[in-house]
Amino acid sequence: MRIAASWITELTGVLAPGRDMAERLIAAGLEVEGVVVVGEGLMGDLVVGHVEDIEELREFKKPIRYCLVDVGAEHGGIRGIICGAQNFVIGDLVVVALPGTVLPGGFEISARETYGKLSNGMICSEREMGLGEDHDGILVLPKATAEAGTDAKPIVGIGDQILEIAVTPDRGYALSARGIAREVAIAYSVPFSDPIDRTPVLPAPTQTRKPAACASDDLESCDLFTLSTVVNFDPHAFTPQWMKNRLRECGMRSVSLAVDITNYVMLELGQPLHAFDLDKLQGMVRAGHPREGEIFETLDHVERTLSESDLVILDDRGTIGLAGVMGGLDAEISDSSTNIALEAAHFDATAIARSSRKYKLSSEASRRFERGVDRTIAPYAAARALELMLECGGGEYVGMNAVEAPMQVTVITISDQLPSRIAGMEIPAQQVVDLLTAVGCRVIHEDGQLEVAVPSWRPDITDQADLVEEVVRLIGYSNLPSTLPVAPAGRGLTHAQKLRRRVGTALAHAGLSEVLSYPFVGPLDLTALRIPAHDSRRDMPTLANPLSDEQPWLRSSILFTLIPAARRNIGRGHVTTPIFEAGSVFHGAVSTESIPVMTAEHRPTQAQWEALERALPNQPFHIGAVLSGDAQQAGWWGPARSFDWSDSVQLARTITQACGLELVVSRASDPMFHPGRCAQLQVTDSDGKMHMIGVAGELHPALIDSFGLSARSCAMEIDLSTVIAAAPLVRSAPIFSTQPVAKEDLALVVDINVDAVSVERALREGAGDLLESIRLFDVYSGPQIGEGKKSLAFALRFRSPDHTLSADETTKARESALARAVIQCGAALRA
Amino acid sequence: MSAPNKEFDPKQVSDLSEDSVNRMVAAALTAIGAAGDLSELKEVRLAHFGDRSPLALANREIGALPPAAKAEVGKRVGHAKAQIKDSLTSREEELELLRDQQALLQEVVDITVPTDREWTGGRHPLTTLMDAMADVFIAMGYSVAEGPELEAEWVNFDALNVPADHPARTMQDTFYVTSSDSGAVLRTQTSPIQIRAMLERDPPIYVVAPGRVYRTDELDATHTPVFHQIEGLAVDRGLTMAHLKGTLDHLAEQMFGAGIVTRLRPSYFPFTEPSAEVDLQCFVCRGSSIGNPDASCRTCGSEGWIEWGGCGMVNPRVLRAVGIDPHAYTGFAFGMGIERTLMFRNGVTDMRDMVEGDLRFTRAFGVEA
Repeated sequence: MRIAASWITELTGVLAPGRDMAERLIAAGLEVEGVVVVGEGLMGDLVVGHVEDIEELREFKKPIRYCLVDVGAEHGGIRGIICGAQNFVIGDLVVVALPGTVLPGGFEISARETYGKLSNGMICSEREMGLGEDHDGILVLPKATAEAGTDAKPIVGIGDQILEIAVTPDRGYALSARGIAREVAIAYSVPFSDPIDRTPVLPAPTQTRKPAACASDDLESCDLFTLSTVVNFDPHAFTPQWMKNRLRECGMRSVSLAVDITNYVMLELGQPLHAFDLDKLQGMVRAGHPREGEIFETLDHVERTLSESDLVILDDRGTIGLAGVMGGLDAEISDSSTNIALEAAHFDATAIARSSRKYKLSSEASRRFERGVDRTIAPYAAARALELMLECGGGEYVGMNAVEAPMQVTVITISDQLPSRIAGMEIPAQQVVDLLTAVGCRVIHEDGQLEVAVPSWRPDITDQADLVEEVVRLIGYSNLPSTLPVAPAGRGLTHAQKLRRRVGTALAHAGLSEVLSYPFVGPLDLTALRIPAHDSRRDMPTLANPLSDEQPWLRSSILFTLIPAARRNIGRGHVTTPIFEAGSVFHGAVSTESIPVMTAEHRPTQAQWEALERALPNQPFHIGAVLSGDAQQAGWWGPARSFDWSDSVQLARTITQACGLELVVSRASDPMFHPGRCAQLQVTDSDGKMHMIGVAGELHPALIDSFGLSARSCAMEIDLSTVIAAAPLVRSAPIFSTQPVAKEDLALVVDINVDAVSVERALREGAGDLLESIRLFDVYSGPQIGEGKKSLAFALRFRSPDHTLSADETTKARESALARAVIQCGAALRA
Repeated sequence: MSAPNKEFDPKQVSDLSEDSVNRMVAAALTAIGAAGDLSELKEVRLAHFGDRSPLALANREIGALPPAAKAEVGKRVGHAKAQIKDSLTSREEELELLRDQQALLQEVVDITVPTDREWTGGRHPLTTLMDAMADVFIAMGYSVAEGPELEAEWVNFDALNVPADHPARTMQDTFYVTSSDSGAVLRTQTSPIQIRAMLERDPPIYVVAPGRVYRTDELDATHTPVFHQIEGLAVDRGLTMAHLKGTLDHLAEQMFGAGIVTRLRPSYFPFTEPSAEVDLQCFVCRGSSIGNPDASCRTCGSEGWIEWGGCGMVNPRVLRAVGIDPHAYTGFAFGMGIERTLMFRNGVTDMRDMVEGDLRFTRAFGVEA
């Protein structure tokens, strides 16, 4: 809501700078986003001019007028002025900027030769004066607005200060001058005289014909409906300049007198009104419901298919308006409408919000209705509009019909101590009463209890807490004390939370940079990622309204969005991109039926809550990494070393070690990875149970190619939720011996397809308890070994817990290890 | 004259006089002192202490002396030898030390060359900032609560007192999952975690909940459809708005420095009543830039305050939806945007830097925001 400070002053008598009003309103809870001054920057004279004569100059590319304009004797009488606009005639009143005047934006007017004439000033458009964006033509003032030569600045509202207020959904009443004025009056502690306390000056209805009849078919959704009839209205009558100014200042365009008045009264009182052309109506006007499937064209020239549940305005022929949202094209008043039916009604906020949402149509009217309009004000607003119509456009007031459901006043009982208890500061009971009264409540104070009758314009006040807020906001939040509550002793982060932090930090220390990617993916992404048609990873939730139709799904794998992030980095010139991301992934679609419908009136039952939890997809916490480019950069120390599959496996090991778990690696296949260089990752929990936690390895060359990654880029993804669940809470101390160590090396030749891990396992089993550690230190394949073979060299360390090992003991253990590897893996001692 | 001179080849016989021996010693000591390195010293040793050295030759003469002179001269020569040996030893030690020192000097490198064989990594500053803010609350006895990003609409809206057709539902542009009436959304705020925390535990409840949230905003310099918030919730007997203010002031001070406070402005959120916007006192100018064009402040736009988040007393309707008796318990809640906090706290000027996954952004922060 935009509103001029001058209007507030007129309603409250508070004469204060706009900034000051803004600050006090902000403190009271109206969000004033800014204060702008109309025509800021304008310097010098702006006067009313009377167009005496117009000479059309036709020899130029566009029509040009040489006008003789009377700007008043004190400004030199009649002047010649060149003007390019065509929207005025001889006798019109215009606004003239005299030479020497500087218009907003620093444009200085001077007398100058142009189009072969001396132009001695400028006839201004709204935009040139900084009033608004209207540049269709020059501003023509209504007839008899003022004498030629009068200072035009106050007439067009230059210098007015406009407060721009963002009205929160609970404060519908602040979408009106009346509501804002009330807040200003409270803020300045002046008595407020409600504009509706003044009775509109309206002649008695003539009843020369039957006023248009009205009804409400749905008294729940439309509990008050009035229809007033005016005939012989002058459709060509001008909207007074002051009204135009206010409409413009509130951000609305002037359309025609009748429409302007409905809008003006809405801005003044907060009650949306709608004017129909009486001659286009047939029969009774009703609030009700349309035929299912009825086609209805709204004022914005959009045809809409209605359903029976919509709340509309109808006449005997069908729908003529979407109630409280927008009127229809058919019954709209036009330039020639002389007979008018004026609708002023009260609609249920929910019904209007539903319509507005359903038809994606937000109007000045719907914004007010869905925030709640004063339940009682419709007949008054109609009278106010009729007063203005007759005053400005003549005509005859025939009469008003109305239908209304019984009204209920909200009464809330609270302890007079409740505001103090909630605020945490002493608020005297009398102050509570005074403040609630200022807001418009009627308060009965008895035995420490307040019986508060809520005013009709505050449908948002329904609970005790709402009354508390009214009191505390008016006292001012700045007066609240600041005290720290004492929470019970805490338990700190959970084990899982600690591990998540630790894993992230470990990867950062391993040289990777954490990035955060959007979790949205689409079919093209999955094709590039080589995910086959029936892969379970395609089972993802779908967004009903994605940002891009190309990415409607929520990732089931971090790599789906991390690999594109790597591409983006490489595209920006970071050939080496070691990055990781930790976050949620989403497994499985959401069925439209599965989530139970529950009330918020009470706690859900255990069964309901469990059903809700079950219906949501599994959303484990994953961590993924992409390694592209150099693991070690080139430098004076030597050439670069590229990332390879082993770095990705080692990264997985870094993660499991951070969680106190040994990583178990085995061969795997995954379409995203190189078929021969993909590891399946597992961990063993303290019960000895193995858990699959993820994959690592070199990405498939085709994928690397699609994403433009460096050759042999690698990746890894781990389900951290599973790792954390398997992680030990307490780590056991090691037992180690201080006896001397005996070292033995074993070089074994095995078939090329035998994995090192299985040879190691065999050696470990065969070596027995004396084996302290085993480490593969060399892998070799070549002609000396023979086709299809490889050599694995292991270093074994033996140690006894209680004595120095003899050569015999060591040899025996070594032989036993070897024997097991021979049997289990077909190994042979390398010659 | 002490030896028979039978041979034709005459031989100079060494002079064993005291003077002569002293001269030999002096000559040896001078030569030892003059030896510049170990190889020179080796030659000096040969010349003055070797088998052919004057002293060695003189020593041989002792046998020919009359018995009465033998002892005295022997003593004299022995003393001279010891003197030279000591000198040689100490000089040798000196020269060895010198040699070792010079060897290290030979190994001088340019200590200023780059040493970055490995890459430097980092955690995303949004992550570390969330951790840092959560830690402020952990220290006060709070726990960190969690909830899913794909959330039931009931938890994200209904239970938070945002009824289906209330305009507050359209205040936040929601991503719906499957269809607009499936009952599942991407959470638009961290507030649903409040609901879960209250369903999962009994009061007193003191939790903080950092997390990722979603709204259908297009990405630009100040908006992103995927962003982060941190939410705080306390439910206990006798909690007041003063406690809320005290908690926010404490957070402000911990994150932005001693003496920094917050300001509350009345506002509207469906899940709190009374509700307020939280402004942070500008931690750069501390208000000194207000109305002071000569010392304008970029951080707060010379307003003195920075919009930080929203807060309020938990709406009793919310307590009712989770089965907590609003007559027995009151609560406060607050939430703020992490991106926004990072932007003004760490001087990030463009939202896109945070979300596009450019590793330069992360690396610059290391493991702390």
